[in-house]
Amino acid sequence: MKKKEVPQDKSNLESANFRELCYAVDENGEYTTENSSGWEPKTVALNNAIEEINERIADAKERVIAGKTSPIEYYMELHKMDIGILASYVGFWQWKVKRHFKPSIFKKLSDNTLHKYAEAFDISVEELQNISK
Amino acid sequence: MEINFAHHQSAHCENGVVSNLMKHNGFSVSEPMVFGIGSGLLFCYIPLLKVNHAPVITYRALPGHIFKKFAKRTGVKMKREKFSNPKEAKARLDENLEKNNPVGLQVGVYNLLYFPDEYRFHFNAHNMVVYGKKDNRYLISDPVMEDVTSLSEKELEKVRFAKGAFAPKGHMYYPIAFPEKLEFEKAIVQGIKDTCKAMLAPVSFVGVKGIHKIAGLIRKWPKQKGIKTANHYLGQVVRMQEEIGTGGGGFRYIYAAFLQESGKLLENKKLIELSKEMTEIGDLWRDFALEASRIYKNRSAQTDSYNKVADQLDHIADLEKVFFKKLKKAI
Repeated sequence: MKKKEVPQDKSNLESANFRELCYAVDENGEYTTENSSGWEPKTVALNNAIEEINERIADAKERVIAGKTSPIEYYMELHKMDIGILASYVGFWQWKVKRHFKPSIFKKLSDNTLHKYAEAFDISVEELQNISK
Repeated sequence: MEINFAHHQSAHCENGVVSNLMKHNGFSVSEPMVFGIGSGLLFCYIPLLKVNHAPVITYRALPGHIFKKFAKRTGVKMKREKFSNPKEAKARLDENLEKNNPVGLQVGVYNLLYFPDEYRFHFNAHNMVVYGKKDNRYLISDPVMEDVTSLSEKELEKVRFAKGAFAPKGHMYYPIAFPEKLEFEKAIVQGIKDTCKAMLAPVSFVGVKGIHKIAGLIRKWPKQKGIKTANHYLGQVVRMQEEIGTGGGGFRYIYAAFLQESGKLLENKKLIELSKEMTEIGDLWRDFALEASRIYKNRSAQTDSYNKVADQLDHIADLEKVFFKKLKKAI
């Protein structure tokens, strides 16, 4: 990549006020660095990944409202987690976390357990129990 | 207190922390030098593991390895500490800052609020330097950022004790002893040999063979997984390749910069020639990303277009095979 070819496309990096560093060659073939404000092929991939996550969140939300899963699954998706990551945050086995997705079991969870989940998601127990809050 | 620490932006966090800490201690070591000596370049498809519900590919060595290998090969002694108790981790950090010693920290990215949302995943192998504390906020030199920043005590604790794969457990590190003079020559040769070995490894998911493997998978994805999933997977391949920190082209340009610098240092013209070749290979990786983005952008793709990008990867793999064989002989 030549220095003048380092892409300067519009991207969300702007919102965070920084440009990433790329390596490229100058006109004499010497390696140097140049900041890039973004590259469209990457931006599209990032946006698609976020869209995919948003679909998962919306889907989980619908299933919570329909009584098919517990709010834990919704918050897990909201925080871009999977069962493995969530399990390590709350300190339970994965099968146990999966069990807590069942609305009937979620209703019976102890305060202590609810607190662990609320803390992992950085919300109150009330918010955990009611996703519209 | 604030330690007089010079922040230099780097492409990749791990190289950047090492390079900046070395510079702080009076040794001028560029980012590409750290990356090359530490044998950072790689291609590896990690079977069975999924991140963000898609297969994982890495274009670089495992987190922490660049650092470890760089230190070992240059004779720098590092001190590393991990903690189970966040209070203890904080106390040790404060102690070091009191002693005017900037330290490297391994942290999770998800709770680093200064990153844009789409970069905040549960990736736990990010690195930064803490160089002071002012008004109860830690002064942070994050090498991928253009400028320094700061984090509250609570924010820093959160990222130091992020959970999941590669959980940092408060991991803190800093150099404690240096050789009188850094012997680059031997270290460069060792670093290059190690990279050639990995890239030419007779393992189906590593190096050149790993690139062919992914090319084969890409051909199968649309039929096997459906267009939507195939595009999601393909997007992830490009994201890993062009992620912040790669310097573009899946680290190939940083490596080319390393070969150029080494060629001058060792007065080895072959390395300088090979640097040019690596730059061209980097350009081909970028072409692949561009072509792949056309597929996932339009969302409706013909099997033909998947085959076309897979062909590009097979071609790159063939070129890298020849390249690393030549590189091995050049030193």
